[in-house]
Amino acid sequence: MKRKLLIALSVVAGLGLSNPVAAAEYLIDSAGSHASINFRIIHLGFSWLTGRFDTFSGAFNFEEGNPGNSTITVKIDTASVNSNHGKRDNHLRSADFLDVASFPTATFVSTSASTTGERTGIVKGNLTLHGVTREIAIDVEYIGGGNDPWGNFRQGFAGTTSFALADFGIDYDLGPASRIVEMSLHVEGIRQ
Amino acid sequence: MKMRNSGQAYGVVSQALHWGMAIVAICLFGLGLWMTSLTYYDVWYTRGPYLHEGFGILLAAGLVFRIFWRIGSVTPDTAYLSNTERLVSLVVHWSLYTLLAVAMVSGYLISTADGHPINVFDWFSVPSFFKAKGLEEQAGAIHFYASIIMIALAALHTLAALKHHFLDRDQTLTRMLPFQKTPQTTEQDTTT
Repeated sequence: MKRKLLIALSVVAGLGLSNPVAAAEYLIDSAGSHASINFRIIHLGFSWLTGRFDTFSGAFNFEEGNPGNSTITVKIDTASVNSNHGKRDNHLRSADFLDVASFPTATFVSTSASTTGERTGIVKGNLTLHGVTREIAIDVEYIGGGNDPWGNFRQGFAGTTSFALADFGIDYDLGPASRIVEMSLHVEGIRQ
Repeated sequence: MKMRNSGQAYGVVSQALHWGMAIVAICLFGLGLWMTSLTYYDVWYTRGPYLHEGFGILLAAGLVFRIFWRIGSVTPDTAYLSNTERLVSLVVHWSLYTLLAVAMVSGYLISTADGHPINVFDWFSVPSFFKAKGLEEQAGAIHFYASIIMIALAALHTLAALKHHFLDRDQTLTRMLPFQKTPQTTEQDTTT
């Protein structure tokens, strides 16, 4: 009995050791809302209309000293769109825009990462939105990382990107000034 | 012409509530379907909802008054109807009131669940009493289906009235019409 337990423990330990320890996995802190996915789009050419997606989840791999190996996946609940105006949010959920009944989730899966400076880089990947998958590039800034006061280890980033809504089949006419949506992402990950 | 209902016919108040609310409810149904199909640059894109919400609030006030008025009034004699007809008409009438109320409450929540008030013709505004994030999505679906079922029931109600008038040749429809001659025999009949 004791022997079997010892064997089992050593197998588990062996599995643990065989994993590369350098690249750590981080879970995006959606639970503590130390992460947000925001958008903004010009309204009529007069002002910025801002909004966000309240519900999303994701994880990333990040290795200090070797950021080119980083990967990230994010899954967004499209119905959680929030522009602080219920009637507009209902319109955004409708078939005119996000069509959340047909496409309840949007995903981003990175395909490559590269650095452009000491704290900056570009993450490329496939965004699936409104049922259309296209490659986008996200400009990323490393904000910081380290131990938090509650016993976890965190890393945080900010990212920005922009794309034409029509590229994802969202072609409701908001006017000539309102074809491009800008996204900004703030993610803090907790090392697993 | 009497203000209150008698044993034979509906009074002016009941008739005005019946026809006035019918016209407003049917117009609101058409306006609601039409305004949600408009493009962003249509002048009715904002004017439609403004009128829809304003008249909707007034219709809600009408419904509250109508239900009290109905409870406090005699119903014209229905002895000439079969038990089934009496039961079906009672169910349809109260279903119509219920569906109207559901459409009103859900419509109110579409506009107010985000904390915004409803502006009634720049005359007064109804504040948000119940704020819940994302509630407008469910409220919108309930508003849509309750309204469609309500209009379908109203169509059944109309067909039944025409059937009573043209096939059964009874007083069901005429006693809800204004400017009808009240039969002489009914003057002492108000207590039935």
